Amino acid sequence: MSSAEARRAPFAPPRAARTVPAGLALSLLGVALLAAIAAFMTVGARGSWSFVLQLRGLKVLQMLLVAYAIGVSTVLFQTITNNRILTPSIMGFDALYVLIQTALVFGLGSAALSAIDARATFALELAAMTGFSLLLFRWLFAGGLRSLHLTLVVGIVFGTFFRSLSGFMQRLIDPNEFVVLQDRFFASFNTVNRDLLLAAAGLTLLVSVFGWRMRRRFDVLALGREAAVGLGLDHRRDVTAILVLVAVLVSVSTALVGPVTFFGLLVANLAYQIVPTHRHAAVLPAAAMLAGLCLVGGQLVLERVFAFDTALAVIVEFVGGVVFILLLLKGRGAR
Amino acid sequence: MIEARSVSKSYGPALVVDGVSVTIPKGGVTAVIGPNGAGKSTLLSMVSRLVGMDAGTVTVDGLDVSRTPGDVLARRLSILRQEQAVTVRLTVADLVAFGRYPHSKGRPTIEDEARVEAALAWLGLDELSGRFLDELSGGQRQRAFVAMVLCQDTDYVLLDEPLNNLDLKHAVGMMRLLRRAADELDKTVVVVLHDINFASCYADTILAMKNGRLAHQGPPAEIMRPEVLRDLYEIEVDVEEIGGKRIGLYFDARG
Repeated sequence: MSSAEARRAPFAPPRAARTVPAGLALSLLGVALLAAIAAFMTVGARGSWSFVLQLRGLKVLQMLLVAYAIGVSTVLFQTITNNRILTPSIMGFDALYVLIQTALVFGLGSAALSAIDARATFALELAAMTGFSLLLFRWLFAGGLRSLHLTLVVGIVFGTFFRSLSGFMQRLIDPNEFVVLQDRFFASFNTVNRDLLLAAAGLTLLVSVFGWRMRRRFDVLALGREAAVGLGLDHRRDVTAILVLVAVLVSVSTALVGPVTFFGLLVANLAYQIVPTHRHAAVLPAAAMLAGLCLVGGQLVLERVFAFDTALAVIVEFVGGVVFILLLLKGRGAR
Repeated sequence: MIEARSVSKSYGPALVVDGVSVTIPKGGVTAVIGPNGAGKSTLLSMVSRLVGMDAGTVTVDGLDVSRTPGDVLARRLSILRQEQAVTVRLTVADLVAFGRYPHSKGRPTIEDEARVEAALAWLGLDELSGRFLDELSGGQRQRAFVAMVLCQDTDYVLLDEPLNNLDLKHAVGMMRLLRRAADELDKTVVVVLHDINFASCYADTILAMKNGRLAHQGPPAEIMRPEVLRDLYEIEVDVEEIGGKRIGLYFDARG
């Protein structure tokens, strides 16, 4: 162990010169994120501190968890699909989640559903989600990406299909139940379900430990299937593992705040710009912190400046959508 | 030694490789030639386990490629495919360093760093090592990928049309380099080529494929004959001996 450690290159001049900005960018992001959290916790606080801190603390925790889940799942999804435009949401992952939710309310009724522990339904949804996404998306990516546009179309068709099916069921159910559903599906960063939040945090931690041990393989997978196989990776196994990871993270974020389509795209591409390295050990934290900064900072501005006049999700989706269109226009020349 | 036994592959109804059995000896340069759609690339992909085979087996030094763990094989055999579309923004040095992955598993030692430097120097890429791949010309990028494959330091190096995108000077440079890799580093080089004359001048053995089958196998002197080439490409090819090398002249061939 020690001899291998000692032989590890301490400094290779050209590489060291490139990693300094990456480290610097990560530290600056970290500081900015901490500042945003501190401001969110304290600005405009009145009354009992313990009450304020607890209420806002849960909100911050939820936003950070969602930010982490969206940032990491998007970057990993883009790594295994070798592109920078597709994201789990664009490919219909969270439409699938909405469909499962709707089917549950349709089949059991919202009264029965709310009687069950939120964590139990979450576990059920998670299992269904992972199984479905593996079945549906495996064959698309197992043989490598054939054509970006074909895949995009397939994703949009799947997404539309899931959404239409959900819409159909929502029209059939009782209006009261529909209100319950609608409440769940409109992305909101204001409501916190404490039990669900803790369960989701635990689960996220679990898959992250598992993912962190694979981080060097992520770098190789980003080269594409053939290069990865040539360098000795079990491509099929690793891609399956990452798809499970992505399915879990998408479930976490959708369960907590509802579907957010373009946010992942926005933070992933910002992260690629800010951190000048291909290493996931730097890109993943950058994407997660950027997402956290956007959500906490955005919510802060929204609550304190605009006094809740508008929803954060609307702004995030607007900016993300614009970035998506810009990337598509730019990508036309490159591909 | 690479041994393929009755290897077949079809894509849908099209049988691309049809029961090919071939032995590629250890050492030297082996060129695979043949018309478009003969199954050259597919055969190479199956040998390097990028594509699964429908029937048959391939062994590399006795290791069955479809059963041997990928990372064991990655230290014996490296492959460079025709198209290299990398979406990640990488510098030349980063790319070449990936060649060490099978050995270092992403934690490069000083020895790995030295080998990366050596591979860069070998291909004359020292000056370009900090440049991003998308800033290079087609030929420079091709050389960077070859450097990565050589950096993998395997006994067997498989290359699928490495002369694509290369002008005359760089094509000759590439073939010389592969020859040197075989002579000086004791590599076994298997290379798919379109230009029969490069095969004739640089290879020790030529495998000629047609319609998914192995048509001929032998040293250049045996393959570079008008009747063999006519049979292979279905055009008349005159063969002249120039400076001790057999050169096929097909530029004004009669069909």
